[in-house]
Amino acid sequence: MPPIIDVNHLSKEYELGRSINRENLREFLMRKFKHPSRRESTARNSKKPRTFCALDDVSFEVAQGDVVGILGRNGAGKSTLLKIISKVTDPTKGSVTLRGRLGSLLEVGTGFHPELTGRENVYLNGAILGMSKAEIDACFDEIVAFSEIGKFLDIPVKRYSSGMYLRLAFAVAAHLNTEILIADEVLAVGDVAFQRKCLRKMSEVARQGRTVLFVSHNVAAVGDLCSRGIVLDAGRLAFDGTAKQAIQLYIGMMFNTQGTPSHVIDLRGALDRRSPQGKLLQGIELYTNHDEPLIQGIPLGARLKIRVHFNLPSSTSVFNVGLGFNNTVGQRVFTAHTAFEPDRDHAAAVGDQVMACEIPNLTLLPGDYVLRVWLDVGNTEADLIDSAARITVVESDFYGSGKLPTDGMFVLQHRWSLAS
Amino acid sequence: MPSSFEVTIRPHRGWQPIDVREIWLYRELLVFLIWRDIKIRYRQTVLGALWAVLQPLIAMVIFTFIFNRLAGVKSDGPPYPLFALAGLAPWTFFSTAVSQSSNSLVSNQQLVSKIYFPRVFIPLGSVGALLLDLGLSLVLLALLMFHYRWPVSLNLLWLPVFIVAAVLAASGVGLTLSAFNVSFRDVKYAVPFLIQMGIFVTPVIYPIRYIPGSWRILMGLNPMTGVVLGFRYAILGSPSPWPVMALSLAMSVVLFISGLLIFRRMERRFADII
Repeated sequence: MPPIIDVNHLSKEYELGRSINRENLREFLMRKFKHPSRRESTARNSKKPRTFCALDDVSFEVAQGDVVGILGRNGAGKSTLLKIISKVTDPTKGSVTLRGRLGSLLEVGTGFHPELTGRENVYLNGAILGMSKAEIDACFDEIVAFSEIGKFLDIPVKRYSSGMYLRLAFAVAAHLNTEILIADEVLAVGDVAFQRKCLRKMSEVARQGRTVLFVSHNVAAVGDLCSRGIVLDAGRLAFDGTAKQAIQLYIGMMFNTQGTPSHVIDLRGALDRRSPQGKLLQGIELYTNHDEPLIQGIPLGARLKIRVHFNLPSSTSVFNVGLGFNNTVGQRVFTAHTAFEPDRDHAAAVGDQVMACEIPNLTLLPGDYVLRVWLDVGNTEADLIDSAARITVVESDFYGSGKLPTDGMFVLQHRWSLAS
Repeated sequence: MPSSFEVTIRPHRGWQPIDVREIWLYRELLVFLIWRDIKIRYRQTVLGALWAVLQPLIAMVIFTFIFNRLAGVKSDGPPYPLFALAGLAPWTFFSTAVSQSSNSLVSNQQLVSKIYFPRVFIPLGSVGALLLDLGLSLVLLALLMFHYRWPVSLNLLWLPVFIVAAVLAASGVGLTLSAFNVSFRDVKYAVPFLIQMGIFVTPVIYPIRYIPGSWRILMGLNPMTGVVLGFRYAILGSPSPWPVMALSLAMSVVLFISGLLIFRRMERRFADII
């Protein structure tokens, strides 16, 4: 059977000089209607327009039923790839063959109009996504039930809370019944509960044997949903294989760009950030035994100390810092949080702050862990960075027997004896 | 849709044929977009759809006072208010349709850069939604004719032809200008000016016989000349200079087709530069 998506030597170039800084009508006419002889001479004199290659000779195939995660840093060409596949923009070279109806979600709620009611927007958005009126009628009740909008269905969506708006928008998109579904960062919106619900729906879609292309910075979601992973780097295909390997490569790329390794990590320019109350997290410092800077790997069972620098714009006593350790398939293996601290000082604070977290024995099994850092102010999320640091745990003789398990996630002190 | 559905995406250059099959596949969306435009146009206004009637009505009153009473412009038969409104109804449709459709792509950036469907629907939807307003102003005209006891003839059967011509002309100009507006926001400033000037080169205020005979045929190059003359011919039974009207009707068709082709040609860069 031929592949359902066949991407063939796909390239996309943007002309920097002309397309991005829009020329005005006079410049356009000058360029088009210049006397031929003069046009030639200017062409010879002027430099060729500078181009930016967003995608560079990318080829891959996707078989029916594959769920493919596309990873890459910002500007790697992920969105451009999805835009070409969904026909929003033309490629410069190469081709894509699709053997099935395609539904594309480059954004949740495309075409939603604030003045229209929830009901009206379901129909409008459905039609824009490519559903027929009959199809929308058929799953209208399901969409409404999924969105949990209930009695607000007939008021204009401009009066909705942002959560309600997103729930309704995602509900329509989730009922798009095409053979191929492509989604870009759809899950990067809404609260945690809503994200979880979206994720469940996505995995349901994946199990139905439909073909999904899924772009996200959320490696946990990719690890969870996808069987296959593609990594793009600077417009080129850097990896095509299992999702697990793709995630590992992507995490490696995320941290190899920050110059020489250091135990001090500046978070002010961090990617994958959600900052509803501003970029308050400033940086982290990592230390191991006897406050030695942690630069390379940390031995299994060693002490880990993490100092988190952040800023409180106004005086408050209600703020919390959390640290999450995720493994390379995106599972959370350990969460540390100031709320768990019984002897916490609850005095009000303002300005630059440092919270230090000490883990006497980091007993996670050897491997890479991605550290998520977040700050809550007034019991709501203020700033969150998905991949703040990578912590590599290396082998040590934790048990004193020279042996470590290959399965599981962590080690615990335990004893064995012959009981008889 | 058949499971053998297959589509290949590749670079496009130069002039492209119009993809009639795709437009047919998406036809429901055009209806939805027209419906959306109608729904939101007068939302949160006190007068609502009355605005559709008020604009030509007030223009008619002012034109009658200034041009008929003060300047002494005569109609070509019917009372001047009827004459003016029969011209203003299609002219208001055309000018509003052109100004809204030429802005439609830019004001629907999200639809252009985040999803694909035949993008001609965006300007065409703006034009289509205004047909309701045209209908309302025709109702107003009918009421006014009743008031003046002005008779209707079988000429009325011609009206659909001229409505179609008005839609084609407005769509043709709207498609072209909306495509240029993506790259050159100059269009935004040029359109109101062109519309203001347009009413003087279209026989809305004055009858066509005021134009010297040898120049009349040149008026036919303006597609709205034929539409305005046609509306008066069909509704009020005014005289009909057929050569001018025929040329005008042909211009509507030419403008529409060239608008579609220009739009298709420029369409592939919309998402990159909007």
